[in-house]
Amino acid sequence: MMAAAAAAIAVQRNLFAVVVLFGAYSFLMATVLVALDAVDVAMTEAAVGAGVSVVLLLGTLHLVRKEEMKPLHRPPLPLAVAVATGVVLAYGTLGLPAFSDPEAPIHRHVAPRYIQDGARETGVPNIVTAVLASYRGYDTLGEVMVVFTAGAGVIALLGRRRRERGEKRR
Amino acid sequence: MRDYLVLRVVAKILIAFMILFALYVQFHGDFGPGGGFQAGVIAAAAIVFYALIYGLPAARAVVPEGLVEAMVAAGVLLFALVGVAGIVLGGNFLDYFVLHADPVAGQHRGIFWVELGVLITVAGVMLKIFYLFAGRRVEDEEEVR
Repeated sequence: MMAAAAAAIAVQRNLFAVVVLFGAYSFLMATVLVALDAVDVAMTEAAVGAGVSVVLLLGTLHLVRKEEMKPLHRPPLPLAVAVATGVVLAYGTLGLPAFSDPEAPIHRHVAPRYIQDGARETGVPNIVTAVLASYRGYDTLGEVMVVFTAGAGVIALLGRRRRERGEKRR
Repeated sequence: MRDYLVLRVVAKILIAFMILFALYVQFHGDFGPGGGFQAGVIAAAAIVFYALIYGLPAARAVVPEGLVEAMVAAGVLLFALVGVAGIVLGGNFLDYFVLHADPVAGQHRGIFWVELGVLITVAGVMLKIFYLFAGRRVEDEEEVR
């Protein structure tokens, strides 16, 4: 179903349908993440991907035309680059350890310590929260900084225009 | 969409539960799934929903733009201040063990405030971006007139 939604997004020229399909894709992705036991990520995907970003895309849609323009030319080189990158990435997955293999390097580094000592050291039963907020506090602070920078960037890009015009009106 | 009575009534009921759910996700994040980021997005989505049904000016009246802009910065500052508090109390930056006599309780306290900072910034940024995108339309209509 996700492949069908992705293909439809690529083919569809009506932008409203594309936005709706994006929402559907996000919900499908969220169900996949739930199936992978990543409930925290699934929650984020459902709220951000299917909720807020669809509203933002709809808001943008009001500013632009409803139909996507036909591409002026069909360049073969970018297609070749995209396909080649996809093939290389698919080849790279062959080198990964088997899915949910307990002997994989990522499960042997710090994860056992988090799982064994996390609840005792932090008193927080949800390991995801313990790792995010406590063990990886620096990373989370960096993420919040990224969100802050994104907001500041949008304010700088879109907010100034209004202020300039408001001054002109006075 | 202000004319649809059903939507207005349903929205009025649902938004209260959405905010409640956001708070649940925020403060129950220690025990169940969730945390500051998810709660911030859900809270912002509740306000966006309100704006969709009742119009942007009504949402701006509930959550003024100045407050949203302050939230964007306040969350980051709160997060960083928790880190600085760790230094002041004799630990490292973002060291929660020193925030309370009992290290585990200190961890709890640190995570609580950090997650609150994440919530405030994420909700603020989401709302600010929405306000700016939705506000452009009104401006351009004015321009046409």
